[in-house]
Amino acid sequence: MKDEVENREDRVANLKGMGCSRKRVEDARFTQGKGNYVDDIKLDGMLFGDFVRSPYAHARIKSVDTAAALEVPGVLAVLTAADLEPLGLHWMPTLAGDKQMVLADGKVLFQGQEVAFVVAEDRYAAADGIELVEVEYEELPVIVDPFEALQSDVVLREDLVGEDGSLPDGAHGPRKHHNHIFTWEAGDKEPTEEVIANAEVVADESMYYHRTHPCPLETCGCVASMDKVNGKLTLWGTFQAPHAIRTVVSLISGIEEHNIRVISPDIGGGFGNKVGAYPGYVCSVVASIVTGKPVKWIEDRMDNLMTTAFARDYHMTGKISATKEGKITALQCHVTADHGGFDACADPTKFPAGFMNICTGSYDIPTAYLEVDGVYTNKAPGGVSYRCSFRVTEAVYFIERMIEVLAIELDMDAAELRRINFIKKEQFPYTAALGWEYDSGDYHTAWDKALTTVDYEGLRAEQAQRVEDFKAGKTRKLMGIGLSFFTEIVGAGPVKNCDILGLGMFDSCEIRIHPTGSAIARLGTISQGQGHATTFAQILASEIGLPADSITIEEGDTDTAPYGLGTYGSRSTPVAGAATAMAGRKIRAKAQMIAAYLLEVHDNDVEFDVDRFVVKGAPEKFKTMKEIAFAAYNQAIPGIEPGLEAVSYYDPPNMTYPFGAYVCVMDIDVDTGVPEIRRFYALDDCGTRINPMIIEGQVHGGLTEALAVALGQEIAYDDMGNVKTGTLMDFFLPTAWEVPNYETDFTVTPSPHHPIGAKGVGESPHVGGVPCFSNAVQDAFRPFGNRHTNMPHDHWRIWRTANELGLHD
Amino acid sequence: MIPAAFEYYRPQDMAGVLAILEEHGDDARVMAGGHSLIPMMKLRMAEVPHLIDLQDVGGMSGIEVGTDSIRIGAMVTQSDIIDDASLAAAAPILREAALQIADPQVRYMGTVGGNVANGDPGNDMPGLMQCLDARFTLVGADGERDVPARDFYEAAYMTAREDEEVLTAVTIPLPKGGYAYEKQKRKIGDYATAAAAVQITKEGDVCASAAIAMTNLSDTPVYSEAAGAALVGTALDDAALTAAAAAMLNDIDPTEDNRGPIAFKKHVAGVILRRAILRAWSRA
Repeated sequence: MKDEVENREDRVANLKGMGCSRKRVEDARFTQGKGNYVDDIKLDGMLFGDFVRSPYAHARIKSVDTAAALEVPGVLAVLTAADLEPLGLHWMPTLAGDKQMVLADGKVLFQGQEVAFVVAEDRYAAADGIELVEVEYEELPVIVDPFEALQSDVVLREDLVGEDGSLPDGAHGPRKHHNHIFTWEAGDKEPTEEVIANAEVVADESMYYHRTHPCPLETCGCVASMDKVNGKLTLWGTFQAPHAIRTVVSLISGIEEHNIRVISPDIGGGFGNKVGAYPGYVCSVVASIVTGKPVKWIEDRMDNLMTTAFARDYHMTGKISATKEGKITALQCHVTADHGGFDACADPTKFPAGFMNICTGSYDIPTAYLEVDGVYTNKAPGGVSYRCSFRVTEAVYFIERMIEVLAIELDMDAAELRRINFIKKEQFPYTAALGWEYDSGDYHTAWDKALTTVDYEGLRAEQAQRVEDFKAGKTRKLMGIGLSFFTEIVGAGPVKNCDILGLGMFDSCEIRIHPTGSAIARLGTISQGQGHATTFAQILASEIGLPADSITIEEGDTDTAPYGLGTYGSRSTPVAGAATAMAGRKIRAKAQMIAAYLLEVHDNDVEFDVDRFVVKGAPEKFKTMKEIAFAAYNQAIPGIEPGLEAVSYYDPPNMTYPFGAYVCVMDIDVDTGVPEIRRFYALDDCGTRINPMIIEGQVHGGLTEALAVALGQEIAYDDMGNVKTGTLMDFFLPTAWEVPNYETDFTVTPSPHHPIGAKGVGESPHVGGVPCFSNAVQDAFRPFGNRHTNMPHDHWRIWRTANELGLHD
Repeated sequence: MIPAAFEYYRPQDMAGVLAILEEHGDDARVMAGGHSLIPMMKLRMAEVPHLIDLQDVGGMSGIEVGTDSIRIGAMVTQSDIIDDASLAAAAPILREAALQIADPQVRYMGTVGGNVANGDPGNDMPGLMQCLDARFTLVGADGERDVPARDFYEAAYMTAREDEEVLTAVTIPLPKGGYAYEKQKRKIGDYATAAAAVQITKEGDVCASAAIAMTNLSDTPVYSEAAGAALVGTALDDAALTAAAAAMLNDIDPTEDNRGPIAFKKHVAGVILRRAILRAWSRA
């Protein structure tokens, strides 16, 4: 046989398994324009729906007149809240336990809110119809500031106030004010306050992590098709969690779940924006039921930026205490979280502020306390994890800024301050003061490698010289060295503490081995660009000994894929990747029995070797997995069912904790406020590395989104609640032009509880990148008295910092 | 992002264009590259019931470099400006500026005529043409007339062009001396936070002439005669640069937007102008 002449090394290479920079199998179609996205779906007789949206941020709706719109040729129907009310669909539940208007029910709470849904034969007629729907608004006082909201007499959500003025509890407990959503706490308040009160050194700071938006290249959309003959609803959409969407659609529509098929086709980026349920989905389904025809809804760019899920908008106040030598003793954090008009955050049920309680970061902080107040304002709802796992970006930004501020307070080097406070390698598994159990880490090794590689001492010397030159009038450019060391918490999550709408956050994989030795594996996740079809096949190749090129990965069709909670929060590799390995091991266990039968030895006398089972001590006696696959379908083996299939539902015992060390070197023109990134070094430890090339791509993408957020990307509102950044002219989406060269590096500290030791990497560079870019800007001004300035660090805000420090005098 | 319905015309000659303009007046608009007008129509900020595409009207795509002047047809694209070697030799400031407009894809479609005729204060070519003392040729039912670029702009999107006229060409006296087009922007494809066009001639060590125009710092491009005058006769010492910047600041009137507040824009305008002057001087 051919197999016999191949040496072991060639057999390993042939699999293209874990550790191999296998080229992405998806790219053949993406690079040729042959992807199949939602807007590519065209069905016979398909109609097009689009929204009349509110120009006001807060207004009473006096009337909606659809008569003129219905006269437009091609316009078939205009849905309003009054039409949805008899079906109970004028409001819908949010993922955060709140409810949200599908179409404006008496009032609007944010600019761009959905008021009516125009259904037409094509999108041109729909657009003309929208122009002619006459809505009479009565403007109400607008609140865009959460602190003002908590003081104001203006009631934003009348539906959440009793007729006697009482405040019923919200989904997360008692509410303090009619515009207050929840208070969430972690840690110990009084001990923390006591330590801080008696500390040798205390640094405090307030910071605003501005509102921004994931802005995937493909906007949100769907096609709903109700087959009235067989009663089946098919819903194609840009869903990061297709199975959860099926369950939600069933719960709110009353259609039985087996009669709903949800399909996520190719998705052009999600970054959290495509996790939630949007009014467009509900209206498309209703319109399809009403008209009996398929209905498509696709957002345009302004719709996407103005109305679908935003990210961040956290006002954070902190205190950090330490000894004179810099050993941190306590951390306190309060957050005022602006959730907009409805609480539509996508967090596990028990975590209304996500995993913000990872805010003690990578440091051994004995005592800590966190309190988060969620608040309603007249802004769009959302609050998703934009390329981060549930508020981890906010948490890491907070601690990495507090460390810098403490370093200033101590007049100490910020790299050294980090080093003396890192959790030590031997302390893992480490239980943090705010409750999480970090699975593994080796922070000192990573930090030393990073600082040595960039010649940190040399950079500091150069920076000192630059300050001298600046003061002597020889240059107008300052130099900033941005540091960040982050610990992520991803892979939500253990069912015992993580669910969304009661659905446990396990994930799944189902494998079928075909007789000729190829396979298909289906998962409960859905790729939006992560390259699942490439990497999951690699995991399986290593686990079952069939080449990755012979394994098809399929996701996103709820009629065929096993149930799972989808792809976001870097959970695919930690959860579905684990399910894949576990299902693969079930295949291997059965294959072992088949091999033993074929080789006429006891099960325990064969062992797995790359792509075959070998008789122990007799390496010339073996059966390849390909041979075993065929045998599974043509041999009557006593005591073993025919076929070779397996399924695994994996409930992770813990989250995973990837980490990394980043350094950014930046030159800043104090006169124009223009920053120039000279160098960016990123060391990531994501545990076992499945595909180094894909990891590098993920790091580049995450850093670029971090650069965007730190240096200019924001959803800004004026006092009237108008969105000032609703197009890509003003909303910063970096191109190759703005992006520096990235140097990537790694260490490997496997997760001890994950079947293959992998931790996830998609979001690390974003989580660690934002504070690194921001710290570089702030560090440049540290010698002139800067302590903290808020992001985004666009030209004029950098200029303002220089101006306020007197550098233009 | 769907425009209101409109009639689309693609006449084969200027007579055809003028006939449609005559018939529909300000309900009709001509379109060159369309990269300003079409987005406005899609946002329904511009309603154009009759859209006249100039792509098939010949005779407006040439670049002629003469001994005294350069004539650029209205349909010449920014990309053509960048690629034309004789133009780059005769008036390198045009290439330097065109390379800072939008991005390569837009520059393949965006035209010089559309850029100067639209009257958008963010466009780069209007200020540049004022700096170069260009003349715009307008064709209407009564024939042709020329309007100096420095007299063309009245307010945002308001120009000396009548509704029934078409801007067909730009004529530039052959520029002399050193040049610079300096632009600060937030990202590729953005309009200027501040931009300066400078053309300077030198006699001995002294500035003999200086033309200065600023972009996106008022509701029109700003030709600052006083700023140029502040340099003439000086050796461009620091006092002269300061005087030129002060004179320029007197002529601009920026507004606050997402690029920043007024104080920032004025500061950057001064910095950008200084840099442009020094670069132009180094090339003079």
